[in-house]
Formats: sequence, structure tokens, C-alpha cells
Amino acid sequence: MCPRLAALLLLCALPAWADAPLRLWHAYRGAEETALEQAVARFTEDTGTKVELLALPYDAFSSKLTAAIPHGVGPDVFLYAHEKLRSFREKALLAPSDARLVRADYLPNALSALTLDGVTYGYPLSLKCLALYYDKDRVSSPPTTTDGWLEQLGQLSQPAQGQFGLAYEAGDFYFHAPFLFGFGGRLFDDAGRAEFQSEPMARSLAFVLGLHRRGYVPEEASGALVKSLFNAHRVAMVISGPWFAGEIDPAIRWGVAPLPTVSTTGKPMSPFLGVEAAFVSSRSTQPDKAQSLAHALSVGDGAFLRTTVGHQVPADLATLRTDAVKRDAFISHFRDAAQSAVPMPHELEMQKMWEPMKLALRALLQGGTTADEAGALADRRYRALHRPAPADASPLPWLAGAGALLLLAAAWAWVTRPREPFRKRYPEAARGLLYVAPAAAGVVTLILVPFAFGIGMSLFHHEPNGSYRFVGGANFADILQSRGYAVTEPLSFYFTLAVTVAWALVNVVLHVGLGLLLALVLKDPLLRLRGVYRVLLILPWAIPNYITALTWKGLFHRQFGAINGLLAALGVEPISWFTRFSTSFAANVVTNTWLGFPFMMVVSLGALQSIPQDLYEAAEVDGASKWTQFRRITLPLLRPALLPSVILGSVWTFNMFNIIYLVSGGEPGGATDILVSEAYRWAFQRNEQYGFAAAYSVLIFCVLWLYTTATRRLTQPEVA
Amino acid sequence: MKSRPFWFSALLHAGLSLACAAVLYPVLWVVKLALSPTEGLSLSANPFPEQVTFDHFRAVLLASDSAGRWLFGRQLFASVAVSGATTLVGLSLAVTAAYALSRYRFPGKESGMQALLLTQMFPATLMTVPLYSLLERLHLLGSLGGLVLVYSTASLPFCVWMLKGYFDTVPRELEEAAVMDGASPGQVFWRVVLPLARPALAVTALFSFMTAWNEFILAATLLDDQSSFTLPVALQRFVGEYKTEWGKFAAGALVVSAPVMALFYALQKHLVGGLTAGGVKG
Repeated sequence: MCPRLAALLLLCALPAWADAPLRLWHAYRGAEETALEQAVARFTEDTGTKVELLALPYDAFSSKLTAAIPHGVGPDVFLYAHEKLRSFREKALLAPSDARLVRADYLPNALSALTLDGVTYGYPLSLKCLALYYDKDRVSSPPTTTDGWLEQLGQLSQPAQGQFGLAYEAGDFYFHAPFLFGFGGRLFDDAGRAEFQSEPMARSLAFVLGLHRRGYVPEEASGALVKSLFNAHRVAMVISGPWFAGEIDPAIRWGVAPLPTVSTTGKPMSPFLGVEAAFVSSRSTQPDKAQSLAHALSVGDGAFLRTTVGHQVPADLATLRTDAVKRDAFISHFRDAAQSAVPMPHELEMQKMWEPMKLALRALLQGGTTADEAGALADRRYRALHRPAPADASPLPWLAGAGALLLLAAAWAWVTRPREPFRKRYPEAARGLLYVAPAAAGVVTLILVPFAFGIGMSLFHHEPNGSYRFVGGANFADILQSRGYAVTEPLSFYFTLAVTVAWALVNVVLHVGLGLLLALVLKDPLLRLRGVYRVLLILPWAIPNYITALTWKGLFHRQFGAINGLLAALGVEPISWFTRFSTSFAANVVTNTWLGFPFMMVVSLGALQSIPQDLYEAAEVDGASKWTQFRRITLPLLRPALLPSVILGSVWTFNMFNIIYLVSGGEPGGATDILVSEAYRWAFQRNEQYGFAAAYSVLIFCVLWLYTTATRRLTQPEVA
Repeated sequence: MKSRPFWFSALLHAGLSLACAAVLYPVLWVVKLALSPTEGLSLSANPFPEQVTFDHFRAVLLASDSAGRWLFGRQLFASVAVSGATTLVGLSLAVTAAYALSRYRFPGKESGMQALLLTQMFPATLMTVPLYSLLERLHLLGSLGGLVLVYSTASLPFCVWMLKGYFDTVPRELEEAAVMDGASPGQVFWRVVLPLARPALAVTALFSFMTAWNEFILAATLLDDQSSFTLPVALQRFVGEYKTEWGKFAAGALVVSAPVMALFYALQKHLVGGLTAGGVKG
């Protein structure tokens, strides 16, 4: 290209560049979102640079960032908590901020959270850590030591009346960490490995167990339950973060204080510190402007607006020193709490602690282990989950094998080729293929290509930096040998497989049974109100199942659930649903049956129409009973229209991941997890072991393949 | 048909009422969440709200963005457009394919049916990343059209299997009779086969619609504009990292389920009522 033309093109392109708005992605809502919008508007006023905001659901945010940025279609700036810093950096999503950032402007604690190997990424916006909320009508002065705390809690709690001294999400390590630090514990040993078995750990667990045993703290507390109890004046203190303030009923007089000091050690209960930051994308096309935007949001007017309008705790020192902010007791308390908080480590090792600690905490609180042995339990899970990366393998034998297989298949096709001429064998092939072509094209590109990719992935190991390494069959070997676990334990592939098969079987029988029964009743034209019944009965299918599944989980709560309330009315002891395999499994099945039968009912209603009505009339004339009609006419003739749905229904149930995830969450100890939820955990909660998760998926695929081949004979229409 | 004894009807209605009560109880909790001013879970077994407020519904229905555009309206439009187009595209692809699979013999037919089934067996959780790259290559990112294609292919396996199973039960004699009367293959398909397959078409239409209507992960990942997000994406925004706005989520969930109920109500007359009575003599 001649230079002059290039220059001309550049000139034409420049104004377009200059006018392109910056793209800012975030997951803020409510007051925080309003404050962000005002801060961005201020930035546009000051600099003339337009900014396009995109608010995303938190659940989809991280995966969207990792998908979009490497393709160059992501945002220029995005807001995220620092916990993911290492993961984002490894995937090369981030641009460093050292050039623009003035270190003296921010709380040192917040900056250290954003610094990795001496390089700083992003600009700290706000701080999140735990503190103690208290109801001023019931607590005159917040506790400063655990001894004083225990005394207060003893006076405030009357578990028989449903009154508690304290509520917090005790089953989550994020909430337990302050206790661990207060008793002098640490996260990693000298070698940098996660530490579970230590004296402070055991003592912190014993302390927490004591709180529960004495009835100071309600059981199985979720965030929503904690909030409800506090707003109903049924709990006097709550451990939570700045986000909790917006959830409190305005009629309640409340205060915030730092968590108390542990009396026996004299150490404060330091919470984890989370830092939300404005990160600049490594692929931003306007890096300078993007850095300016991210910087502007973190200091000055941006920080002031976020603090006063969005009620965030800023990391910017100048804003913290302004009078308006100093007078705000809430912000000052959290600023103090944040200064002594432990920045959440971004080491990969940290990511490995959550699941084992969650397991240990829940087992402890449900009576499945003791405070001294819970650490060992966590350590065992840690070792099982964190397999060493498999060794490299050579792809050559695999390629050769695949080639040989292809050759064999081709040879087989040649040997068994039909002797009849094609035209005679398939007289209507052209029309048939034409009809199928559009659907086939769609399925091949959008389903089979990603599918082949998924299968290929199972032979690779996904490195933390996003690259893949060929490891051959190592992933499969690991799964099938159920490494480190007896086959009868949860987490072993065979145990999970058995649970999954039982799960699919029970569900499909119930779905089809209930669905068909209701369809048979509801197709009767003589039945009054059948339109009303029909519409009411499909409600579970119509409402997004995220909320109904969580409603069911609430119904199964040990202390406050309606199901135990019903049982109590019948004189049955309340059941702790998620502490035993059988009841936990039953809770999942009940929920999924409730969600799944309407689909089978609708399908059955449709399928029943394929049966000619006059057959029944003839049978009636012959004097056949209803039962005989059902067995001799309905069932056999229903088969061709219903069987595809039954087979697909069982395949879907086999892979029904979100009910398990939302209702039992695998409790107790992963026993009710099915294969697909296990695959999900490997992919998204255990350091992104995509290859391993894909190997799980391939095994799921093989199991289902066997199943459908077995049922294949049933799907063939019978020769008349 | 004989009329039934009174006790049998009474029993039937009692059973159905019980089933409806069991279905409605959790739904009432969602309603209660949506109507109660506090956003928490209730601590009693009473599924009826103690205080009623329409604030949550108002917040959901009147949502607007910073530019003052009525976000809910746009997102509802996007949802209806995507789900409607998914139903249309999915159904027309499925109907033609299923008819060919049911009536014609051609190479690869059996294995094609099996392959279609096999695609349902690989868990979808791992497919997002390759799908994203693929759509990027096809320049379909950020467009509702791309989303429609993804959804309609996702619903294809069920639709094809369902329709093929149903077409198999439609006697060929009817078609042959139509051909004898001088109908073209297209006319046979439109005038004879499709009307007879109405129950199956209703089921597959509802299924395709639902596939698109409730999905949010792919929609949030593939779309890049607030006002073209579908409603489930807007709904999922109420679930945050630290807290969930249950009241608004519940109100939104009820709003989102209303069109499905309406669609089902409209379709249900095709599902029941003895359409084929007398029309098919096997």
C-alpha cells in the first residue's frame, strides 16, 4: 500500500476512533449503580469522552469477560472484586495501572490487594469486609471481647422462643475466617500450602460449635434468613458486610462495630478484605482514555459520589478525610474494620480452601465430626480435590489410533456396502435429504462443533493461564481409578454414578407417572374446570426455576421450613433434611418432581391425541373395562409418541444440574452430587480444571449412550 | 360416553384440588415474596402476605436506564422477538426434518436420529466457550439473530424426535388418499399431515418458546446491549454477589411466567378435545 493512501485511511479512521465511546461493564445494582452512573456522567462532562455502560448479572459476568476480552470485543474498563485478579492476569485480561496510579492516594491495604508480583492492576474503588451489626434496642454497647460477647449472647438468646443472640452464615469459610484469625490461625503453612490441621483451627471451630450448641446462633443460616431474623427483631447481632445496611428495615435502630477480640489470645477477629476495583482491559483500543476513566472513578468526585450516593466504603484517602464522610458513622466503622482486615490472598492456594472448609464447617455444625477432627476432614478433601497436574503425553499414538479407527470404519463400510443400486434402495433420498438439510446444517455447526471441541478437551489439561496441554488419557485414568477414594465414598466416580442413575430413574418414573395420570384425568371432556386445572398445573414449568428451587430449599429448612412445620403439626419430630443422604436426596427428588411433571403432563396430553377415539368406543361396546382399555389401547398406542420424550426426559434429568446445585448443594459432603454437578465443580469451583470436567462429561456421554442403545429397540416402530 | 357416578367425580375433583394445592403452595411463597415489603424469607408457615405492596412489581415493570428509556418494555420486546422467532425457526426446521425422517428413506437417517439424541447427552456447561468463538467467527455475536439460531438448534433435538414420533402415528393411508385425489406433496403436507399433528406441534411450540424464554447465561454472554437483553437477564440482575433482591426477583419471575401461561392457555385446545376422533380410521 502506498504511504499516502495509508495516511489518508488513517485520517479517516481517526475521528471514528476519537468518537468511539468507552465501554464500561459492571454488575452493580441499586444505589451503587446510580452512583456509578453519576460518576461516569461527571467524567464525560470533564473530558468529553462518552462512556457506554453495560450492567450484567453477576452470575454471567466473569464468564462473559473471559470469553469476550480475548476476542477483542470486551469492555475497555470493568469493575470486579480483586479475588479474581490472579485468574484474570493469567488469562492476560488486564492492563497494569502503575503508570497512572498514585500510590499515596489510597489505603495501603487496598493497594496491596491489587498488587501481584510487584505490578499493580486496576484502581481500588471500594472495600468490603465483615463487621458486627447490632440492634440498638437490645444491645446497649457492642462487645469488645469474646468473653463479654458470650455473656451478652447468653442473655439475649432464647432458642425455644425462636430468639437468637447472633446470626451469620456459619457454613461458609468467608464468615469463619475472622474466628480463625482471632484464635491465632493462619491460612497457609510455611511451605505455602493451605493449612487445616492446627491448634487455632480446632479452637476456633470449637468456639463456633459452642455458639451453636448453646442455641445462640440459628442453624443452616442463609443470607436471606439472617436478614429476616434481624428485621423481625428475633436476632440481636449479625455478622455481615456493608451490603447488609441496605437490607435492614428502616424502623430498626442499628449500629455497626468491629468484630470483638478473642479473650484467650488477645487477637482481634480480623475479617477478609475484598477490594472492588476498576480494571482496564488489556485489549482496550483506547488505553489512555480507559486508564483515565478507571482512575477518575477511584478518586475525587468519582469516589465522593460512590460514597455519598452509593454508600460504598471508598479506598481513596482524600475522600475518607472529607467532613461529610468523616461524620458518617457507618463509613468510618467500616474504614476502621478494613484497615485491620486481611486482604483476601490471590494465591491459587486460596481458591483451594473454600470447598474443604465448607465441608468441614457443615459437617461440624451438623454433628458429623468434632472440632478436633474437622481439620483432618478438610485436609482429606483438599488432597482429593487437588490432584497434581498430569504429565505431558505424546499425541502421536492417539492420532495414529484415531487414523487406524477411521480406516477400519471405512473398510467396514466398504465391505458391508449394500449391493442394490442407490436409486432403488432410496427412491426418495433427494427429497428426504433436502427436507433435513436446514436442520442438519444448524445442528452440525452450532451443536456438533462445540461438542467435538468438548470431547477433544478431555484429553488436555487446562493450565491456570488459560493454555491447554495434551495429557492423553490421564484425566480418564484419574477418574476411573477413583484416586484416593474408596469406591463407596462420595467423590468416587462410581458412587456418584450410582447416585445419578438412581436420581434419573426415580425422577423419570415420578414425572411420567404423575404426568400421565394427570393427563388421563384432564383430557376427559366431561370434567368441569379442566381448563383451570390444566393452567394451574403447568405453573411449576412456567416460573423460572431458580426462584422456585430456592423456595423449596427454604421449605426444607430445619428450623423455619414449612415442611417441618407441617410435620410438627402431625406430631413428627423435625427433620434435618440436608444432614443425611436419604432425606437430602428425597428433598432433591421432591423439588425436581414438582418442577418436572408438568412437562410430561403436557407431552402426554399431546400424545394421547394420537390414539383414535373410536378404538375406545369399540372397546366400550365389547364391554372392556377402563383398566383393560388403558392396558390394551392407551399404553401400546401411546408408546411411539411418548417414548422419545421419556428417553429425552431421562437424559435431561441425568444432566439436571441446577436443582442439585440449588437445593441440596451436594450435601451432606457431596453425597447427593450427580455426575454433571461434579463436572461443574471441577470446571468452575476447583481452579478451572476444564479438561478434567470435560473427561467427566465424556464419561456421562458414554453412560447415556449405553442407556439409549439399550432402549433403542423400544423406539423402533413395531412392524405391523 | 356414560356419565360417571357422583362419588367418582367428587373423588376426581378432590384429587385434582390436592394436586393443585401442592403445586400452588410454593408458588404462593413466590407471590408472598413479591408482595411483601421486606425482602426476606418469611419465618412462618403462612403462605399469604401479611402486608401488601406493589413496589417490587413497580420497580420491575417501570425499570428504565440512565437515558430514561423504558428498559422493561424494550427487554420484553426483545424477549418476545427472540422467543417467537425461536419458535418459528425451530418449528419449521423441525417439522420438515421430522417429516422426512418419518416418511422417506435416505442414507444416514438412523444414525442422524441417534446423533441428534447424542447431542443432548453432553452437559451444556462446557459448551459456552467454544460456542462463543464460533459465533464470533460467524459474526453473529451481539445480535438477536445469533441468539435465535442458538436457541432454535438447541431445541431441535427434542422437537424433531417428538414430531417424528407423532408423524409415525399418522396413518399413511390418509396421505395416499390425498395423493389419489390429486394433491401435490406440498399440499399433502400442509393440508393433511400438519393439521393432524396439531397436538404435537402445540407441545413443540411451547417447548421451543420455553427454551428461549427462560435462558439467561447465553443471552447475557452473547448480547452486548442493555436494551436488547432478554427478560431473564434483567431478572438475574437481582441476584448479586453478596445479596439477592428477593422481592424484585419474585415479582419479575411472576411477570416472566405470565406470557407462558397465556401461551399455554391459547395452545391447550390443540392438546385436548378428541381432534382425531373419526378422522383417522386405522
